[in-house]
Amino acid sequence: MVASSPKLISDRALHDAELISNSGAWAKNARQSASARAQEQGLPQRRDEYWKYTRPDLFVQKNVALIPQARPEISIFADQMKTEIEFKNAKLAADDLPEIDNCKIESLSNACALDLHWVQDIYGKLELAGQNPVKRSLAALNTAMATEGLLVHAKGQVSSPIRIHSVSIGSIDAVIHHVVKVEAGASVTLIETGQYGARSNVVIEVEVADTGSFHHIRIQDGQESHMLTHIFASIGADAKFKSFTLTADCKMTRNECILELVGDNSSVTVAGACLGDSNFHHDDTVFITHDAVNCESRQVFKKVLRNGAVGVFQGKILVKAGAQKTDGYQISQSLLLDEDSQFLAKPELEIYADDVACSHGSTSGAIDEEALFYLRSRGVPEPKAVDLLTLSFIAQAIGEIEDPDLAQAILSYLTDILEAR
Amino acid sequence: MAMDDVQVKDGVDAETVEAVKALSGAYKYGWNTEIEMEYAPKGLSEDIVRLISSKNDEPEWMLDWRLAAYRRWLELIEPDWAMVDYPKIDFQDQYYYARPKSMEEKPKSLDDVDPKLLETYKKLGIPLKEQALLAGVEAPEGERRVAVDAVFDSVSVGTTFQAELMKAGVIFCSISEAIREHPELVRKYLGTVVPVSDNYYATLNCAVFSDGSFVYIPPGVRCPMELSTYFRINAENTGQFERTLIIADKESYVSYLEGCTAPQRDIAQLHAAVVELIALDDAEIKYSTVQNWYPGDENGKGGIYNFVTKRADCRGDRSKVMWTQVETGSAVTWKYPSCVLRGNDSQGEFYSIAIANNMQQADTGTKMVHLGKNTKSRIVSKGISAGKAQNTYRGLVSMHPKAKNSRNFTQCDSLLIGDKCGAHTVPYIEVKNNSSRVEHEATTSKVDDDQLFYCRSRGMGEEDAVALVVNGFCKEVLQALPMEFAMEAQALVAISLEGSVG
Repeated sequence: MVASSPKLISDRALHDAELISNSGAWAKNARQSASARAQEQGLPQRRDEYWKYTRPDLFVQKNVALIPQARPEISIFADQMKTEIEFKNAKLAADDLPEIDNCKIESLSNACALDLHWVQDIYGKLELAGQNPVKRSLAALNTAMATEGLLVHAKGQVSSPIRIHSVSIGSIDAVIHHVVKVEAGASVTLIETGQYGARSNVVIEVEVADTGSFHHIRIQDGQESHMLTHIFASIGADAKFKSFTLTADCKMTRNECILELVGDNSSVTVAGACLGDSNFHHDDTVFITHDAVNCESRQVFKKVLRNGAVGVFQGKILVKAGAQKTDGYQISQSLLLDEDSQFLAKPELEIYADDVACSHGSTSGAIDEEALFYLRSRGVPEPKAVDLLTLSFIAQAIGEIEDPDLAQAILSYLTDILEAR
Repeated sequence: MAMDDVQVKDGVDAETVEAVKALSGAYKYGWNTEIEMEYAPKGLSEDIVRLISSKNDEPEWMLDWRLAAYRRWLELIEPDWAMVDYPKIDFQDQYYYARPKSMEEKPKSLDDVDPKLLETYKKLGIPLKEQALLAGVEAPEGERRVAVDAVFDSVSVGTTFQAELMKAGVIFCSISEAIREHPELVRKYLGTVVPVSDNYYATLNCAVFSDGSFVYIPPGVRCPMELSTYFRINAENTGQFERTLIIADKESYVSYLEGCTAPQRDIAQLHAAVVELIALDDAEIKYSTVQNWYPGDENGKGGIYNFVTKRADCRGDRSKVMWTQVETGSAVTWKYPSCVLRGNDSQGEFYSIAIANNMQQADTGTKMVHLGKNTKSRIVSKGISAGKAQNTYRGLVSMHPKAKNSRNFTQCDSLLIGDKCGAHTVPYIEVKNNSSRVEHEATTSKVDDDQLFYCRSRGMGEEDAVALVVNGFCKEVLQALPMEFAMEAQALVAISLEGSVG
């Protein structure tokens, strides 16, 4: 494939001499090889099978005028948060990062200036591993270009979640790259809310060591925004990884999650709920590789769509030869509230081991008339009844969140959104 | 195991012995008939296309159609998206036309057919020379009869029961004959379901298809017997490109069976067929296939590349098409029998068993395209992998915006026997209206140890136990087959898995 112009995502040139020369040794290497990788892969094209249901050009076109409207400040998670870090217009808002027990948080830009840093073993490495069998050149571009992001190193149990809240005003292009390293026996929860930019390209690389545990919760609710995210994670033995994303009324989102189970007896969950209205396109693309014995993986996605909204799910479970005793579960369901909305799904299994139990299910349909009638006959007005059924439909995905307080916060946030629309 | 050496104990009846004998040999259709063949020169060119057309005495329009397809094919790129892996096919190193010498003059009746040919079909168990074929002789009351069109390499060698079918108004003949005798029907329908430019192998087929079957059921007629085609690839280095066209006019019904075998050869052979079904208002077509082409040996040497395009157009309201397939043969299979549910209230069904053993690779499934209102489709797919085989289910269910109140149910289950094989599922689900309901479920598992143990503890051998469990796993599909085929298919399931355990 012929590589297209390297000028994308932002007006910064890919080979920005300044960016590379200001980088320390490790960052220079990582950027140069990612840049070469992206050049070789070229940009994703609409005819690519991997982009069958979502237009990749919307993430790379130049001069897209997106002016995000700020949502009224919502009090979601207000009670639970002790550690908050703010991003403003795609940059860290303050230089001094909070210091918390059992965890060190640094900024990517500071680490980049150093010649040696622990992050060099992860930054761009997990992204590179996730380039097979499908090319994800926009993630490689992110590795090459990102200067903003957090490096979270959890060395023990981190008692309260770390929340990243971002605010942006105007047509900002954001390229954000976070790295999370969870040591053996450590556990940490990362929450992302707000929007980094009008158009964001976000990569999170997560390395979970044996017996480590990582939880991730993300709220995407920027109304006029295009968001492309990638999570690349490698999970050791007896470890746990859980990620949940709530997407409400973004214009265009694609969340890719590429996980590899490399140690035995681990479990991973990727869940998502989305509420789509009118000019809304949401894509969940998940690729889970089982390369170890006795691991469990769950993919749970629920989409509620109306007024021509489009929901996409592409999920894959790959069980490598020898990954016996794998338990793979995948469910993607959509609730179409009117005639114009669409649900497009491609739930895949690729299995090379025999002692496994893998299943996937996918359904699509309208709201259950009988349930609606039941509620109405008990005096619930129709809009309220639809909201109730919507909430109950989404509940399974929210149920995948481990912390009941966080799950409850999301549920009440969802109720607020439904009431407001 | 040579069954002849086995001492038959008292009390075992001859039928059982026969049945066991039939089940022994790994591939019992692997022999090859020495028949003098007439070949067109090797390779593919416009001249070959012209030659095939002239051998079949085709009218000008047919030749033009073929040539247009050939020119189109030259511009196409061979697809590589299927999860199969095989050496590149050299399209110039093949014969595109081979027919038994004895067929130079089209035989007037089956009596003129080379006895060796008839012997071949007899060996295959195909009763080509039906007694009822003899004028006026009726088959005994109540016995089910099957009309057969037998295709040997590139030509149809005989079609039975034609006269009797004609009485009911049913046209059942080879497609070459139909092009000559019923051009108005062929021109009206050929290529309307699978267009010339549909895909690489379908386009190739349009250019070089040499024969195949043609069926037309007139309005209101329920075809009085099962129709059947039997395909045999015999000659070496020969591709078989048959073309089947079935039209069920308003309120008619037909059940059609298809069987295929080929000799055991070291060199892989190409089979690229196109099957088009058209069901008009209230018509129903039942199409069953037992595909048992030579699968190659346990090291993956030889075998048939089965790249087939099968599609049904439920054009009329309330029409119905049912595909049932048992895929046990072929080295590489690449086949997606599909339904376009165009008419309102039309129905499509797909039942499939795909068994891949040794080095076989199968990438098969279906497409259900819902265009009309209140359309229904049902997909039941059972994939079984053993040895070092790879088995993929690939399917599409598409609900278009206008297909209101439509319904789909899909179930695809995979069974793995042994840890060297692979089972994959690649479904596409596209829902573009909310009054339709789509449900899809898939599971992958291995043969249940408890079930195996139960069988073994009752004195069954391991292979028999596996065959029994697998037959149970396939039950829903086996039940959808016509009776004669169901028996054969059950036996095939057992044979195909021979040597896969232990």
